[in-house]
Amino acid sequence: MTGNMHLGVEEPIRECQYNQICTHNSSSMDTPHTKKKIKRKWQVFPGRNKFYCNGRIMMAKQTGVFYLTMVLILVTSGLFFAFDCPFLASNLTPAIPAIGGVLFVFVMGMLLRASFSDPGVLPRATPEEAADIERQIDATNGPSGPGYRPPPRTREVLINGQTVKLKYCFTCKIFRPPRASHCSLCDNCVERFDHHCPWVGNCVGRRNYRFFYLFILSLSFLTIFIFSFVITHVILRSNRTGFLSALKDSPASVLEVVVCFFSIWSIVGLSGFHTYLMSSNQTTNEDIKGSWSSKRGKGNYNPYSYGNFITNCCAALCGPLPPSLIDRRGFVQPDTPQPVAQTNGTGACPSNQVQSHMAATNPLLHSQPVILGGGAALQAKTSLGGPCSTLGPSQPSLPSSIPGLSCGGELMALRDSEIHCHHHHQHFISPEETPSPPAALPCATHLGHHVHPAQLFDPASQDSLHEDSVRGLVKLSSV
Amino acid sequence: MAETHSLQDLRQAAVASKVFVQRDYSSGTICKFQTKFPAELESRIDKQQFEETVQTLNNLYAEAEKLGGRSYLEGCLACLTAYTIFLCMETHYEKVLKKIAKYIQEQNEKIYAPLGLLLTDPIERGLRVVSFLHHAGLSVPW
Repeated sequence: MTGNMHLGVEEPIRECQYNQICTHNSSSMDTPHTKKKIKRKWQVFPGRNKFYCNGRIMMAKQTGVFYLTMVLILVTSGLFFAFDCPFLASNLTPAIPAIGGVLFVFVMGMLLRASFSDPGVLPRATPEEAADIERQIDATNGPSGPGYRPPPRTREVLINGQTVKLKYCFTCKIFRPPRASHCSLCDNCVERFDHHCPWVGNCVGRRNYRFFYLFILSLSFLTIFIFSFVITHVILRSNRTGFLSALKDSPASVLEVVVCFFSIWSIVGLSGFHTYLMSSNQTTNEDIKGSWSSKRGKGNYNPYSYGNFITNCCAALCGPLPPSLIDRRGFVQPDTPQPVAQTNGTGACPSNQVQSHMAATNPLLHSQPVILGGGAALQAKTSLGGPCSTLGPSQPSLPSSIPGLSCGGELMALRDSEIHCHHHHQHFISPEETPSPPAALPCATHLGHHVHPAQLFDPASQDSLHEDSVRGLVKLSSV
Repeated sequence: MAETHSLQDLRQAAVASKVFVQRDYSSGTICKFQTKFPAELESRIDKQQFEETVQTLNNLYAEAEKLGGRSYLEGCLACLTAYTIFLCMETHYEKVLKKIAKYIQEQNEKIYAPLGLLLTDPIERGLRVVSFLHHAGLSVPW
């Protein structure tokens, strides 16, 4: 202890900063006394997310479709409450607007919760961790020459009797945990990555899957509710005054019926699909790739499933909610993720930012290396026709419900090129079932959409394993 | 404050290296760290001590993520109140994380700081690693 006191004596003026650095986890408790502005972690976050309310709200970069979702729900519900409810309340029962109100509030609550929360983003590795992992990889793979491209970095792990490959993420410099995937749009690795949903304006992952599911489930009920009661309203009115004058008295009803009619197909179908996924404890990603499909091999089964669908559903909906790992509102510590040889504490902060910016720009080379290839392959294979089997989502015993979904998807493709974003444009390629995937051209244009942000000039597909969420698409389109 | 001086020292020291203990995914996606004793720590700490620390951490994380009556109750209650209940109370997971933070602090004070090591809370590293920071030239006579 005697040898350590000199530090305190050397810098008496910088006591305050000294104290701030040496406390344990209290980055948010100390107010910075120094003239240098201390940033919050969300301000230096390397992913492509947008933050609001000083880091409390986190969304994807493109939020246009989310606003569309809000507008559709608000306008349709607003028209319902304004024009149809008075009639229904007085002629049938006031319980109708009451139930509608509760449903509406629940839907909006779940939507906002799904959109604004952290989906389970994994923070990127600190430089030392990255170096440590590199060392371990080199030790396993052996030294490589200067021009030699090392083999893809994977680790195998045995989970519940199934061999699972852990892939290395070049952007985040970590070995991705099982079920995690790197979202190319948000440029983050997300735990238990389901898909990126533009309608919700965020990725759907471990932390917000239940909100997403409850959102689409309650939205299904809301659309069915509004649809049926608007029809009832029009019928009752036309019994009194005739059909055309009923429509004239309540013109909003027509709009509501149209919106609800088209929404019901997609939303109810999606709810059914996710109910199936949840009861078998799979993610959309895994289902698309057929990771646990019995068609892959005899002993292939889902190692994460708890065995029965009740436990799976309970675990997904009522299980413990893990906290966010990225600590958006914490203050950036000047000394935390720094290279080993750093002696000056304050100097580390700008270099850290530079590193994180570099890490943010580097992935432009890594992300989406083969989307164009996949898109082109898709276009070559597309046909608008396709078997349209009935949507049968209530039978979770099906190994994959994709045929049913592709029917719904086809309808959606006809309606709006953006809608099938729900399924992250992969659902149209069912792995082994439909020989000609009913992926329409909108799908390819949608891919084009995703690719557009200046990543088309990728020189080499450095890491062909990198984009899990799109990789399935490429693999399947080449089958 | 003398204690924080020495921990401060460990952090700002010119020569410091870190040993990382990675996640163990053999039981699935639950948070669990490898109990394999890293070679770099062989001269620094007792293997038994290391294993005990990591095992206790694993048990604590397992408790946080446990599916049971309590977590289901909390989940249902939260759903019924549209998750506004978490404005007033912490989730079970957060409570256990606090316990873990306390445990790590205790371990550091009692066992690792005297040996010149610093155990960092995995939550600060996104639950990816447990890292031991050791300062090569420092031996702190207590």
